[in-house]
Amino acid sequence: MSTLLSVRNLSMRFGGLTAIDDLSLEVPAGKITGIIGPNGAGKTTLFNCLTGFYKPTTGTLRLAHPQRGEMHLEKLPSHRVARDAQVVRTFQNIRLFPKMTVLENLIVAQHNVLQRASRFSLAGLFSLPGYRRAERAAVTRAATWLERLQLTRFADHAAGDLPYGTQRRIEIARALCVDPVLLCLDEPAAGLNPRESAELNELLLYLCREQGVAILLIEHDMSVVMNVSDHICVINYGRKIAEGTPEAVKNDPHVIKAYLGEDEEEEAMEAFTEARAS
Amino acid sequence: MSAVVFAHHQLTPTERLRDAGWIAFVALILGIPLIGLTTVDVGGRLAVDTRFGLLAMAVVAAFGGRLVLRWAVDHLKGRKLARQRAAAGNAGGRAQQVVNVLGWLALGASVALPIVFSDNRYVVDTATTVLIYVMLGWGLNVVVGLAGLLDLGYVAFYAVGAYSYALLSTQYGWSFWEALPVSGALAAGFGILLGYPILRLRGDYLAIVTLGFGEIIRVILVNWTEFSGGPNGISSIPRPSFFGLEFTRRPAEGSDSFASFFGLEFSAMHRLIFLYYLILVLALLTHVFVSRLRKLPVGRAWEALREDEIACKAMGMNTTNIKLSAFAIGAMLGGFAGVFFAARQGFISPESFTFTESAIILAIVVLGGMGSQMGVVLAATLLVLIPEFGRNFAEYRMLLFGMAMVLIMVWRPGGLLAHREPTLRLSADGKAARGGA
Repeated sequence: MSTLLSVRNLSMRFGGLTAIDDLSLEVPAGKITGIIGPNGAGKTTLFNCLTGFYKPTTGTLRLAHPQRGEMHLEKLPSHRVARDAQVVRTFQNIRLFPKMTVLENLIVAQHNVLQRASRFSLAGLFSLPGYRRAERAAVTRAATWLERLQLTRFADHAAGDLPYGTQRRIEIARALCVDPVLLCLDEPAAGLNPRESAELNELLLYLCREQGVAILLIEHDMSVVMNVSDHICVINYGRKIAEGTPEAVKNDPHVIKAYLGEDEEEEAMEAFTEARAS
Repeated sequence: MSAVVFAHHQLTPTERLRDAGWIAFVALILGIPLIGLTTVDVGGRLAVDTRFGLLAMAVVAAFGGRLVLRWAVDHLKGRKLARQRAAAGNAGGRAQQVVNVLGWLALGASVALPIVFSDNRYVVDTATTVLIYVMLGWGLNVVVGLAGLLDLGYVAFYAVGAYSYALLSTQYGWSFWEALPVSGALAAGFGILLGYPILRLRGDYLAIVTLGFGEIIRVILVNWTEFSGGPNGISSIPRPSFFGLEFTRRPAEGSDSFASFFGLEFSAMHRLIFLYYLILVLALLTHVFVSRLRKLPVGRAWEALREDEIACKAMGMNTTNIKLSAFAIGAMLGGFAGVFFAARQGFISPESFTFTESAIILAIVVLGGMGSQMGVVLAATLLVLIPEFGRNFAEYRMLLFGMAMVLIMVWRPGGLLAHREPTLRLSADGKAARGGA
């Protein structure tokens, strides 16, 4: 499988604090790559570097875009990462447009396409056919994702009024409307109940297998990460400590140590066996 | 202590009496120095006189007024709850209908107004002022209500528009219609100029810088005498003509005046009514323009920016352009209003463009309900009319004005019309249906 994104010697320092320390990893096209690690390991910082919100101190982020060729994400401002490189993210603490309706959230995600069709708003102001067509296409696209994520009945509700689990799904639907080649999900299962988590698994597999979207997944919920990831990368203190298939990572002594500490090893092993069983 | 109760539950009669008693007591304490004592001139010396009768009346009025107010509030709350229960499910559709009907009524009333009051200078003049504020409110609504960028220096663009027209017409002989687009473009340019340095600022910091910008423009106008006439301002600014027909008693040789062309007897009201309809048309154009923009990608982008800037970036939106476009469009509309203002007054000076003006325009947007077009109309009408009606109360006028604002914000913390109508809806068959006006 070809590599979609390759992270080379990435470091991110904030003053004296090194959040990411010489990290290298590969994200294959059309697969789900899980990123796990204890709190404060640098996972979200990695996402922020990847999507242009932080400028990495050193290192390169090379994206092999299927249509546009090679792109260096570390050189792009955040909006161009999403618009041109089509690397789209969600946020750990949901960031919807709360007062706008769910449908509007999904239409805003298609801003660049529509803005171009509206020709600096002139075609839009006079409601020319070209713009109307683009708007209809945008709504159809939004409606398709709403349907797929079982959100259709919420379409005209203000996004901020909906339950937490629903908002998580809306955020994913909105990211999908940007038409990503790489979808970066920051803890999409946080706050979901077991049934919702199971649905999330199904959705992620669908996106990856049927739609060919590569997914980079930060997740603490092992039932999600272990079940859907093709490949898992474990980070601690900004360094990669292990990598491999879910099976291999589960049994890696470094991982067990990082997650559970050395001192309470027996207790830890017990907890971990339980987690594996689930 | 049960002092003043703002609770939502229904009160028993005893509670109501006690509540009103408290208010009366507070009124008494406040009233002793304010009403109970007054200074009188006794043979060239000041003496203190007492007016306890008046004080007693005020206290009784406070007691009675509080009883009525409580009753009214409870009554309205009860009805509102019932309505909410009834309307749950149809998500504000009713509210929108009411607003639409109100809008058409307001439009009808404003078209008819100068016909009904065709010889009442005061009414037409005040209505013109209301419309100027409505237009300014709609302009600022783009920046504050939609894009969520708190702008305390909006009056600067109003000033740019007014001075552009004043200078272009007095120095270069440009007509109103020639100067209008140019002044609007100039104001938009200033909007972008202000927008650039503050792209990274939000909230309080943004407010401070825009406040400073407003003052800079005013101070320049005061001090750059050769350019702007300094504190003396610019006078004898030409008035707009009706397709080339002047509103004068004695037209220049070989040309017609409005009155002579239509064979009417000259009346000073003709110009006032023309100005009124002119601002009405400008304001309506502004309304149509802003409402359409709101439903276009750029308008939705403004609202998204207000909701969450970081999410906007993550969706691939260039927030720089979005902010600058909001500033430019808002400033342009302010500039248009400024041109009209200069043309109507015939005289402008920096005094018309103080911070108070910015504050009033902002108050109109906030009181109306951020982003609500009809709310701006309502709030502008109230904010112009309350001080006008208050003229009878002389020095208590601004007190009334402030009290009215406090009451409105207590009654409707989200503004008069806080309901937000979606820019488009997903209709039952999965196709898009456009939202209402």
